[in-house]
Amino acid sequence: MSDHKTMTINLVVWRQKNANDTGKFENYTVKGITEHHSFLEMLDVLNEDLIKAGKQPVAFDHDCREGICGMCSQVINGMPHGGQERTTVCQLHMRKFHDGDTIYIEPWRARAFPIVKDLVVDREALDKIIQAGGYTSCHTGGVPDGNAILIPKPAADEAMDAAECIGCGACVAGCPNGAAMLFTGAKVSQFAVLPQGKAEAKTRVTNMVQAMKDCGFGNCTNHYECMAACPKGINVKFIARMNREYLKAQF
Amino acid sequence: MEFLNTSIGRKIVMAVTGLSMVLFAVVHLIGNSTIFVGPSGINAYAEHLHSMPLPIIMLFRAIMLALFVVHIVYAIQLTIENRGGRPTDYAVKATRKATFASENMIWTGLLLLAFVVYHLLHFTFRATPGLTLVNDAAGHFNVFAMVASSFSSIAGAGIYAVAMVVLFLHLYHGIQSLFQTFGLANGNTLPTITKAGALVALVLFVGFLAIPMSILFGIIKG
Repeated sequence: MSDHKTMTINLVVWRQKNANDTGKFENYTVKGITEHHSFLEMLDVLNEDLIKAGKQPVAFDHDCREGICGMCSQVINGMPHGGQERTTVCQLHMRKFHDGDTIYIEPWRARAFPIVKDLVVDREALDKIIQAGGYTSCHTGGVPDGNAILIPKPAADEAMDAAECIGCGACVAGCPNGAAMLFTGAKVSQFAVLPQGKAEAKTRVTNMVQAMKDCGFGNCTNHYECMAACPKGINVKFIARMNREYLKAQF
Repeated sequence: MEFLNTSIGRKIVMAVTGLSMVLFAVVHLIGNSTIFVGPSGINAYAEHLHSMPLPIIMLFRAIMLALFVVHIVYAIQLTIENRGGRPTDYAVKATRKATFASENMIWTGLLLLAFVVYHLLHFTFRATPGLTLVNDAAGHFNVFAMVASSFSSIAGAGIYAVAMVVLFLHLYHGIQSLFQTFGLANGNTLPTITKAGALVALVLFVGFLAIPMSILFGIIKG
């Protein structure tokens, strides 16, 4: 590496052995961090130090490290994914921080997301919402012709915008009420605007909204913190669309 | 009914009852603005309202009471649920979109409840001390004299001024919120709806505030 400037970062990290442990913050100092380290690589450096010292490394979720899998889940200085617009934790880089900074790292906090260990939470509740209706039923068989069902370009674009959701749960983590309205709104909307989704539109929205409640998510109070937290820039217009779909399903 | 047990269903009830009360506030302000005509204006308006058939008056009051009770009961229930949605707060609070108004809806709402109780005791049941309760030359109850006697003191006008600040905060978040809840907003319209909602809240604030202030500073006289 050509540059010699390195940073020393002070970390305040949430440590919790398991779901039943009360958990507490621990202070750490990481040295030798360059501006090219991603946030997760910085935590890798910390964990190397902890392992060498014979201590338990900090458990955190990660997978693709290229911003598309939705695994990384950390609240950094009070903001899910660290607060950089349209950026997951893995794509957040240490050049956004300064030498000597103190950084708080906390897990997603919501009743529906119990903590598994340290920064790892159980996001199965989002899967339950999908299982309740986030699909279209179709008969298997021959592959249908590509243009057998015509879809207007604006509708296709709208569905794609909703389908950008990677299901990371940052919207829930950012919501003061721990609500999953942006996630569910995006999943309802991506089908609602397409012809393939119309057949099951009523049962889908009804069942997914019921699943949100059953999973222990809070209610929406239109703070729009979810939209600020979303690493994919999902718009709260999809919550409005879900509300509309839900009203339509009553008649 | 399942609709009333789900998150969105109950929010829609909040929005319907909230919208009804906003519309009432608009009509209330238009009616009250007759005071700027002078004693004859507000007294004639009050006489017009009170001369309606009693069943209609009582029905209207019952509907307003029902709207109020439903809105408050659901608000308390939803707030308790929402506090439970995130049992542990973050060590660092860094909200970006939430506003003072959006985070304190339950408190501004409960303050408005207290104000409405006071307001009804004050001008509807006329149970608060220091009111001038007389009839005008035509033999009708002199509403203007009663209002003027209340707002001629700083304390009397001050309570209403504070209450209108609270109303502004409540509606600043509430009006745009109900459009979102009804699903009438989209990405293009929400910023405009938010500004328009704030404007309506501001108009109601300025309009209602103008009455006690005009009397306190002697702009309208009997």
